[in-house]
Amino acid sequence: MSPILTPPEIDRRHRAHESDNGSGRRPPTDKLTGGNGEGGDNWNDRPQGRRGPRERLSQVRMGLFFGLFAVLMFFIAIVSAFFVTRASGHFDAYSHYVNEWLPTTIPSILWLNTAVLLLSSASAEMARRSMFREVDVMDEWIGLSRRTSQRAAAWLSVTLGLGGLFLVGQWIAWDQLAAQHVFFRSNPSSHFFFLITIAHAIHLFIGVSALIAALIGLRRSHKLASRQILVDATVWYWHAMGLLWIFLFVLLEYGQ
Amino acid sequence: MHSAQAIATGQRFWRLPVDASAHGPALDTHLLLNLWIALALLALAHLILLAGLAFRRRASRPVHTLLLEYLPLAALTLLFAFLAARAQQLWAAQRYTGASLTAMQVEVTGMQFAWYFRYPGADAAFGETKPTLVAPGEGNPLGLDPADRHGADDLVTSQLVLPAGREVDLALHAQDVIHGFSVPEMRLKQNAVPGQTAHIHFTPTQPGSYAILCTQLCGLGHYRMQATMLVLPPAAFDTWLQAHEAAAGKRGQP
Amino acid sequence: MTAQHSRWTHHRTVGFGYVAISLAAACVGTVLSLLMRLHLTWPAWSLPLHGLILPEEYLALVTMHGTLMLFFVLTVAPQSGFGNLILPAQIGARRMAFPRLNAASMGLTGLALLVLLAAFFVPGGSPISGWTAYPPLSATALAGPGQGEGMDVWLAAIALFSLASTLGAINTLTTIVKLRGEGMSWQRLPLTVWGWFTAALLSVLVFSVLLAALAMLFCDRHLQSGFFLPTGDLVNGVLLQHHGDGSPLLWLHLFWFFGHPEVYIAILPGMGLTSMVLANFAHRRVFAYRLMIATTLLIGFLGILVWGHHMFVAGLNPFAGSAFALSSMAIALPSSAKVLSWLATIWRSRPRLTTPMLFALGFVSLFITGGLTGPILAQPILDEYLHNTFFVVAHFHLIMAMAGIFGLFCATYYWFPLLFGRLLSEPLGKLHFAGTLIGAYGTFLPMHLTGLAGEPRQYAQLTGGGSGPAGQLLQTTLPLQHGITYAAFFLACAQLPFLLNLVLTLRSHLLATPNPWSATTMEWASQDFDEASTEDKPTGLVTYRGPCHYSEDGVSFLPQWESGATSTLPPE
Ligand code: HEM
Ligand SMILES: [Cu+2]
Ligand SMILES: [Cu+2]
Repeated sequence: MSPILTPPEIDRRHRAHESDNGSGRRPPTDKLTGGNGEGGDNWNDRPQGRRGPRERLSQVRMGLFFGLFAVLMFFIAIVSAFFVTRASGHFDAYSHYVNEWLPTTIPSILWLNTAVLLLSSASAEMARRSMFREVDVMDEWIGLSRRTSQRAAAWLSVTLGLGGLFLVGQWIAWDQLAAQHVFFRSNPSSHFFFLITIAHAIHLFIGVSALIAALIGLRRSHKLASRQILVDATVWYWHAMGLLWIFLFVLLEYGQ
Repeated sequence: MHSAQAIATGQRFWRLPVDASAHGPALDTHLLLNLWIALALLALAHLILLAGLAFRRRASRPVHTLLLEYLPLAALTLLFAFLAARAQQLWAAQRYTGASLTAMQVEVTGMQFAWYFRYPGADAAFGETKPTLVAPGEGNPLGLDPADRHGADDLVTSQLVLPAGREVDLALHAQDVIHGFSVPEMRLKQNAVPGQTAHIHFTPTQPGSYAILCTQLCGLGHYRMQATMLVLPPAAFDTWLQAHEAAAGKRGQP
Repeated sequence: MTAQHSRWTHHRTVGFGYVAISLAAACVGTVLSLLMRLHLTWPAWSLPLHGLILPEEYLALVTMHGTLMLFFVLTVAPQSGFGNLILPAQIGARRMAFPRLNAASMGLTGLALLVLLAAFFVPGGSPISGWTAYPPLSATALAGPGQGEGMDVWLAAIALFSLASTLGAINTLTTIVKLRGEGMSWQRLPLTVWGWFTAALLSVLVFSVLLAALAMLFCDRHLQSGFFLPTGDLVNGVLLQHHGDGSPLLWLHLFWFFGHPEVYIAILPGMGLTSMVLANFAHRRVFAYRLMIATTLLIGFLGILVWGHHMFVAGLNPFAGSAFALSSMAIALPSSAKVLSWLATIWRSRPRLTTPMLFALGFVSLFITGGLTGPILAQPILDEYLHNTFFVVAHFHLIMAMAGIFGLFCATYYWFPLLFGRLLSEPLGKLHFAGTLIGAYGTFLPMHLTGLAGEPRQYAQLTGGGSGPAGQLLQTTLPLQHGITYAAFFLACAQLPFLLNLVLTLRSHLLATPNPWSATTMEWASQDFDEASTEDKPTGLVTYRGPCHYSEDGVSFLPQWESGATSTLPPE
C-alpha cells in the first residue's frame, strides 16, 4: 500500500536524515571519497525500492523544474533581443540617426490582469495546500470522504476562472491597442510587446489546460497520491507563469 | 609586374596563395607556425597512442596525475597562451584601430550575386544612395541619388582597382543578404551585413590581379559571386583613376 | 508496489525508435553528401531520372545534409538513442523517469524528421541557406528558390525538434538525478552518464533559445516584423516591407548561442563512452576519473561562452572577438585533459583490441586530429583567413562528424550483445573499422589543404568561374577534389561490411555469454533481471563501487554490482 504524503511528514523525514532526500547526495558520515567512487562512502545501506509517492512527487517536481528552466531560457532569449533592438537604429538617407523604437503605451487593463493573475496564484496555492491537509488526507485515504479533492477542485475551478479572465483581459488589451492602430507589425517595440505577451499567453494557456487536466484527474484518478502530484505540479507551473508575468510586465511597463 | 597567369601557375594546392598585402607575411608566419605545431602535436599524440598499444608487456597502472595530466596541461596552456598572444597582437594591429586619415576610401557593396566598388571622386565624398533608386538595368546598381551633388563624380566599377603601397579603407555594405568579402591573396575577410557598414583596412604591396570571393552563403549564385582586385603601380593607378573619373564626371553632368 | 508500464513507453522501445530515426536520417544524409561530391567533381554529371544538378539544388543538398546529420543523427542517436537504451540500466534503474513523455518526445522527433523530409517535395524545393539559416537569406521567399515553403517547412521541423529535444533532456536529467539505484552515488556514475547528463543540461539550456529565434524568424517571414531585418533591405529588386530595424547579427548571436553547445551535445556522450570502453578493454581504471568528471562539466560550461568564435569576421566588435578567442582557447584545455587521460589509460596496458575498442581508439585519433585545428580557428586573425573555407569543413567533420560516428559504432559493437544477445562478428567488424578509418581520413584530411589554398565552403561549382583570378584560385584545388570524392565513396562502401555483419549476426543462433567484455558497469548486470521487462519493480541490484575495478595484474575484476567476490578475466 502506498503511504500518503503530507508536507509536515516530508519535513520531519527530511530532518531525520538531513542528507538523504532520495536525490542521491552523500550522507554526512562521508567525509572524503577517493576518485573512481572510492573511499569510505557508506552508500550501500540506502533503503531499497525508492518508488513510493514521495519519490514520484519529487521526480515530477524536478522534471517540472527543468522544464521551467527551459521556459525561462526561452524568455531570456526574447528579452535580450528586446534590449538589443531597443538600443539599435540606423542612418537614413540623409545621414540622420533614426531609432524607430516607439514605446508601446501599455493598456492600463494590464494592471488589472496582473492583479487577477496574482489572485489566481493565491487560489491555486489554496488548492495545493488543501491537497496536503493532514487530517483530511487521512480521511480521504481511509475512504471516509473525498473532502481534500473536493476542496482542491473548488479552488482549482476558481483558479481556472481567474486564469481565463486573465487571458480575456490580455485579449482586450490587444484589442485596445489595435483600436489605436498599434499592431504586431507596427514598430520594433510593438513587435516585442505582442511577442512577449502572446508567448506568455500561450504558456498560460498550457497552464489552463493543465488545470483542466487536474480537475479531470481529481474526479477520475483512483490514487490519492496521483491526485496530489497532479495538483502539486499544476500549481507550481501556474505560480511560475505568474512570476514570469510579473517580470515581463515590469519590463514592458518600465523597461521600454 | 606579375601577370595573372604567372601567379596562377606558381600556385599549388600545398602552398598558401601568393601573399600580396602588408599585413600578410606576419599572418602567414603565424599560420605556418600554428600548422607545424599542430602537426607536431598530432604526431606526438599518435606516437604515444601507438607506442602505448605496441608494448606487449603490461605495465602497472599509471597513477601520477600531476605528471601525466597537470604538467602537460600546464605546458599546453603556455603554448596556447603564447599562440593566442601573438595572434592577438596581429588582430589588434589590424582591427583595433581604423585606417589612417590618408588612406584611400573605397566603398564595397555586395548584392546577389555581384560586387560593386565605388570611389568618391574628386570631392572625396560619397553621394547618397537610396534603395528605391536601385536600377541595375539603367546603370545604377547602387541606387545613387542624382539629387546629391556629392554623387555626381562618384565612380562605380565592377573591378576593384587599387594602387600598390597605399593603405586602403574599405567600407563594406550589403544590399540584400549577408555576403562575405574575401581576398585570399590579401589575407582578408570580412562579412558585409545589410543595414550596417563594416570597415576594413589593408595595404596591397604587390601589383597583380587577385580573386575576390564571396564567402558567406548568399543564395544560388553564391559560387559565382566573384570579382577581381587589380593592384597597379601607383603611376598606372593614377592614370586609370583619372581616365575613369573623367568619364564618370562627364556622365554625371546633367 | 509494482506497476505495469506499456511496452510502447518502455525505454528500450523508445531508444530503438530514436535509433531508427537517426539511421533513416543517416542514410538519406549520406546519399545527399555523395551527390554533392559527385557534382563538385564532375559538374556535368547528371543525376539519373533528374538531370543536371543546379546550383540551388546543390545548396539544397548542403542544407538538408547538414540539418539531417547534425540534428537527426549526431544529436538523436548518442543522446536520445543510446541514452534510452543504456542509461537506465547503467544507473541501476528500471526505467526512465517519465516514460510517456519519453515516448512522446520520440514521436515528436520522428514527426520532425518527416516534416523536414517533406521539404524535398514542396514547391521551390528544400531551403538553400545551410543549417545555420542566416537571415535575410532565410527571412524572405524572395531570396532564392527553396526559401519560401521549403524554409517554412525547415523552420517547422527544427521547432518540433527543439521541443522534442528539450522534453527528452528533461527526462534524462530527472532520471539521472532521481532514479539512480541503490548505492549509485554521483562519483560512481560511469563517464557515459556524465556525458549524457552534461549534454542534457546543455539541451535544456539552449534548445529553447533556438526555439525563440525560430519564432522570431517566422514572424519576420510572415508577420512583417523586423527582428533580423534592417531597414531598406532590397532583395531581388523588391524593397522588403517590414517595420523596425533589426539586425541579422542578432540571429547569429542567438543561433550560435545554441549552435556551439549543440556540437558539444553531439560529442559529449561519445567522449564518455570512449573513456569507459578504453578502460574496459585495457582492464584498467579510467585515469584521473574525477578530473574527467570535472572536465566534462567544464567543457559543458565553457561551451556556453564561446559562441562568438563563429562570428569573428561576421561584423562582431573586434574586442569581443578577442574575448571569444580567449574563451575558445580555454575550452581546448579540458579537451586536452581528456585526451591525456585516454592516452594514460591505455598506456602499456596490452589491451584487447576488439572492434569496440578499435572504434574507441579511432575516436581518440579523430578527436586529436580534428581538435588540433580548433585552437587555430580560435585565433581571430587566422580565422580571418580560414573562416568558411574547407579548413573549417575538415575541422568539424573530423572532430564532430567522424568522431561522433566512431562513437556510435563503438556503442553499437559494444552494446550489441546486451541488446540482442549476440556478438557482432569480429573479423567483419575489424574490416569495417579499417575501411571507415581510412575513408574518414582520406576524405577529410585533404580538405585542410584545399581550405588553406582558399577554397570556400558551400560553392556549388569550382570550375566555370571564368579565367579570371578567382577561377584560377579555385582551380588549384582541383587535383585534390577527385581524390576526396573517391575517398568519400570508399567511406560509404566501407559501411557494407557493417550491414552484412548486422544481418548475419541477427540471423545467427550463436548466443553471447552474459557480460562478454568482462565489463564492470551496471548495464551488464541487467541481463540477470530482465531489462526488457515492463514491470516496474525494484531491480534488486546494488552498486558497490565505481566502475572499472580491474586488478593490477589483469587477472580478475570486480563489477559494480558484485558485493565482494571477484570474477576472473578470460585468458586471451
Ligand atoms: C578544441 C576545442 C575547439 C575549438 C577551439 C574550436 C574552435 C572552432 C572555431 C573557432 C570554429 C569556427 C570556424 C569558422 O567558422 O571560421 C569552429 C567551427 C566548428 N566547430 Fe569547433 N572547436 C573545437 C572543438 C569542436 C568540437 C568538439 C566540435 C564538435 C563536436 C566542433 C564542431 C565545430 C563545428 C560543427 C563547426 C562549424 C560550424 C559551421 O560553421 O557550420 N568543434 N570550431
Ligand atoms: Cu554573396
Ligand atoms: Cu563553436
